[in-house]
Amino acid sequence: MSNATSTAQKGGFLAGTANYLDERVGVGGILKEFGRKIFPDHWSFMLGEVALYSFLVLLLSGTFLTFFFQPAMTNVIYDGVYGPLKGAEMSIAYKSALDISFEVRGGLLMRELHHWAALLFVAAAGLHMMRVFFTGAFRKPREINWVVGFALFVLAMAGGFTGYSLPDDLLSGNGLRIIDGMIKGLPVIGAYVSSMLFGGEFPGHQIVARLYGLHILLIPAFILIFIVIHLFMVVIHKHTHYSGPGRRDDNVVGYPLMPVYVAKAGGFFFLVFGVLMLVAATVTINPIWLYGGYDPSPVSAGTQPDWYIGWADGALRLAPSHLEVTTGNYTWSWNILLPMIVLILLLVLVAAYPFFEAWVTGDKREHHVLDRPRNAPTRTAIGAAGMTFYAVLWAGASTDLIATHFALSLNHVLTTMQISLIVLPIIAFFITKRVCLSLQRKDREIVLHGRETGRIVRLPHGEYLEIHEPLDEYEMYKLVDFIDHKPDVARPNAQGKITLGARARAALSRFFFEDRVSPVSASELASAHPELDAVEHVETKALV
Amino acid sequence: MSDQKGLVPASHDSEGFEHDYNSGLAVVTADKIPDPGLEPHRVRMTDKSVKHENRAARQVFYWFMASAVGSVGSIVAYFAFPISSDLGTVHNNTFFMGLGIALGLFGIGFGAVHWAKTLMPDAEVAEPRHQTRGAEDVRARAVEIVSLANSESGFSRRKLIRRSLYGALAMFPLPALVLFKDMTTDPNPQGTLRHTMWTAGTRLALDPTGTPIKAADLTIGSVFHVIPEGLMPDGAHKDDYLEQKAKAAVLLVRVDPAQINSQKELDWGYNGIVAYSKICTHVGCPVALYEQHTHHLLCPCHQSTFDLANDCAVIFGPATRPLPQLQITVDAEGYLVAKGDFSEPVGPSFWERTAK
Repeated sequence: MSNATSTAQKGGFLAGTANYLDERVGVGGILKEFGRKIFPDHWSFMLGEVALYSFLVLLLSGTFLTFFFQPAMTNVIYDGVYGPLKGAEMSIAYKSALDISFEVRGGLLMRELHHWAALLFVAAAGLHMMRVFFTGAFRKPREINWVVGFALFVLAMAGGFTGYSLPDDLLSGNGLRIIDGMIKGLPVIGAYVSSMLFGGEFPGHQIVARLYGLHILLIPAFILIFIVIHLFMVVIHKHTHYSGPGRRDDNVVGYPLMPVYVAKAGGFFFLVFGVLMLVAATVTINPIWLYGGYDPSPVSAGTQPDWYIGWADGALRLAPSHLEVTTGNYTWSWNILLPMIVLILLLVLVAAYPFFEAWVTGDKREHHVLDRPRNAPTRTAIGAAGMTFYAVLWAGASTDLIATHFALSLNHVLTTMQISLIVLPIIAFFITKRVCLSLQRKDREIVLHGRETGRIVRLPHGEYLEIHEPLDEYEMYKLVDFIDHKPDVARPNAQGKITLGARARAALSRFFFEDRVSPVSASELASAHPELDAVEHVETKALV
Repeated sequence: MSDQKGLVPASHDSEGFEHDYNSGLAVVTADKIPDPGLEPHRVRMTDKSVKHENRAARQVFYWFMASAVGSVGSIVAYFAFPISSDLGTVHNNTFFMGLGIALGLFGIGFGAVHWAKTLMPDAEVAEPRHQTRGAEDVRARAVEIVSLANSESGFSRRKLIRRSLYGALAMFPLPALVLFKDMTTDPNPQGTLRHTMWTAGTRLALDPTGTPIKAADLTIGSVFHVIPEGLMPDGAHKDDYLEQKAKAAVLLVRVDPAQINSQKELDWGYNGIVAYSKICTHVGCPVALYEQHTHHLLCPCHQSTFDLANDCAVIFGPATRPLPQLQITVDAEGYLVAKGDFSEPVGPSFWERTAK
C-alpha cells in the first residue's frame, strides 16, 4: 500500500475509496491481516452461523415491531377490525399487538418472522453447543469461549421469555403467573421480589413495560457484547477443523475469507433469512388473537410455553406431590425449589464440563483438531445422557397432551416420566458408549482389512470369497488420527501422601478411559498383511 | 513462533509448538501411521470446461435477477393486497409480501453460494496456526509493565489507600438497593397477599358478567366461575381489577351432600354448594377444569388434582396444600353470599404464609 496514492489515481472509484479509508482508518492493514484468513469447511460449522443470522433477523424485525408496539397495561376497550374481540377489555399492550397483526401492512409478517427467528435462534444455539460438545471443541484454549457461548444460550432463553410475555395475552399472562408463583416460593425474599418485579400485586400495571426494557435493551445489548467476545475469540484461536490428512494442531485448513467465505457465509445469511421469511409468510405462530387479553381467571387446557421453556415447565410438573413443608411459621416450597435446583444444577454442569474434563485428562496441550464423537466414547455418552435428561424434562411439559393424544392415563404418563428422568439417561449413557466403542472397532477393522466391496468371487474348487479393498492413505488417515487416553492410577504427592483429589481423579480417569480402543499403529498395519486379507473367507453355506 | 518449523507433518502432540505441555493421560505414540498431507485437489467441471463455467455464471445471474424480481414483487404485493376489516386480506398481504421478500433473499443467497462453489477456487489451503500463549519476551514485557504500574502507583505498598479504595468500591453500589426498592410501592407485600375482596355479605357473582347467583340457580353437578359482586373493570376496583380478581376468583360447585366426606366442607358450604379458591396452591394457575363424576378439580398448567369430595385435598401433581374454601351462606333474598374472607392466604405458597 506504499504507493496507494498512485494506485488511487490509476484505479478509479474503488481504489480511490480504498485509499481514502486506508489513510483514515488503516483499512489496508486490516485487509492484509484478515482478508485471506482461512476458515475450515464443514456443515456442522454452520449451526453457529444460523444462530448468529437468526439474531440479526431478530434485531431487524424487532426494530420494526418497536415502532408500533406500546408496552402499557392501561385498560382500553378494543374497537379494532378483529370482530370476535370487539368491545372487549384489554391492555394497551395487547391491543397494539393486535393492531400490528391486523392494521399494519406486513405487521403480521414481521411479528411471525420475529417469533420464528426467536425459536430458531435458541434451537440453533443449542445445536451449535452440542456440536462443540461432541467434537471436543471446548478443550484448551477454548474453555472460556465455551462459557461465553453458554451465557449466550441462557441469554437467548431470557430474551425469548421476556418477548413472549410482552403481548399480554391469556397464554403469556399465565406464563407470567407461573413465574410469579415460582418467585413467591423463594425462601425469605419471595413475596418481596414478586412485589418488586410486578410493581405491587400480580399482575399489576408495570410488568410489560419492565420486561420491554429488558427485552429490547438490556438482553440484546448483552447478547451483542457476548457475540462480539465469542467471535473475537474465534479470530484469536482460529477455527477448529476435523481430523484428516494434513489437518494438524499447528495449522488451519480451509478456504480464504475473501472471496470464498464472504460469498458462502454472506450468501448463507440470506438463505437463513429467506427460510425464516418463507416460514413466517406461510405458517402461523402464536395467534394471540385467539387467546384474548390476560385475565387471571380463565385458562385454556393444554397450555404450552415456547419450546425452549419446556424443560423448565416440565421440571415443575415432574416434582413429586406434597414436597412443601412448614417449619415453625415459615414455608419451604420444595415443590418449586427442587425443580429450580435441578435446572440450575444442569446449567452449572454444562458450563463447568470443559474444566472438569481437563482436570480428569490432565491434558495441558492446545487442541485445534476436533474429535469424532466416537473417538471420545465417555464424553459422547455423558453428552447423550445429558441430552436425554433435558429431553425428558422437555417432554414433561407435555404430559397432558401425551395423555390425551394417546388415550393414556395422565397419572401413568407422569409417573413414567418421573422414572424416565432418572433411568433413561443412564441407559442412554451405556448404549452410547457401547455404540462408540463398536464404531471404533469397526474403524480398526476397516483400516486393517480394507472395505467390504460386496463383490463375491467363486474359486475353481467352489469356495466363495468376498473381495476387500484396502483404503487409500487419505481415507485411512481419517480413521487413525485420534487421541487415545490411558487411565491413570492415584499417585502420592511430594509429601508421599495420596490425596483424596488424586484418588477421585484416578477413579474418574478409569471411568473415562478404562474401555478404550486405540488407533491402528504403523506396525499393526504392517503386520496385518492386507494383501493376504484382501479376500475374506465366506461360508459357502451362507450364500446358498 | 513455530511457523519457522512450518508445515512439517506433526501429530496431535504439540511438537509444532515451542512449548512442551503435559499431555496428561493422552498416549503419545511414536508409532503413528504417518500423515500423508492434504488430499490432492479434485478438478471441477467448471474448472476444465468453458461451457460449464459459462453455464454456472448464467445460473448465478438468474438467481440474482430472481432476487430483484422477488423484492419488486413484494412491493407490488404491498399495494396489490391492502388490508381491510376483512381478515382474509391480512392473510393475502402476509403471504404475498412474505413470498416476495423470501424470493428476494433466496435469490441473493443461492446466487452467492453457487458463485462460491462453482466459480471461485475450491482448493483447500493451509495456514499456520500460532499458539495462543505469547512468546517469552512478550510475556516478560507484560509482567514488567504490571510491576512497573504497581511500583509507580504504589498499589501494593500503600496499604491504607488501597484498602480504603476497596471499602469505597464495596459501598458505591449500595444506593442502588434503595433506588430499586421503589419498584414496589407496597410496604408489606406478604401482608397484602393475605386478604382478598371477600367480606361478610359479599354476594357471589358470575365471572365475567357480575350477575349475582341465587342458591336455587345451581343444580347438582353445575359449576360456576365466580367473582365477588362489584368487581368490574369499570367499577369501584377500576385500578386494581386484575389484581383483585387474581386473588378472589372462586369456583362454585353443587355436589350431592351425601358424596362430600368432610363435615367442615359441608358446614362451610350451603346445601352441598361449595366455593373454593380457583387459584392453584402450586404456582397460581386457575384451577378451571372440573370432572363431574369423580369430583376432581384439575389445574391445566401442571396437572395438580384436587378432590372436591374431600376438602379439595391434593391427590395428584406437584401442589401440596388443598385449595382454600370460602365460607358461604344465603342472604334474605336467596343470593349466595360469603361469610367472610378466606381463612388462609390463597394461591401459591410464600415464606411467611403460615405466620401470624
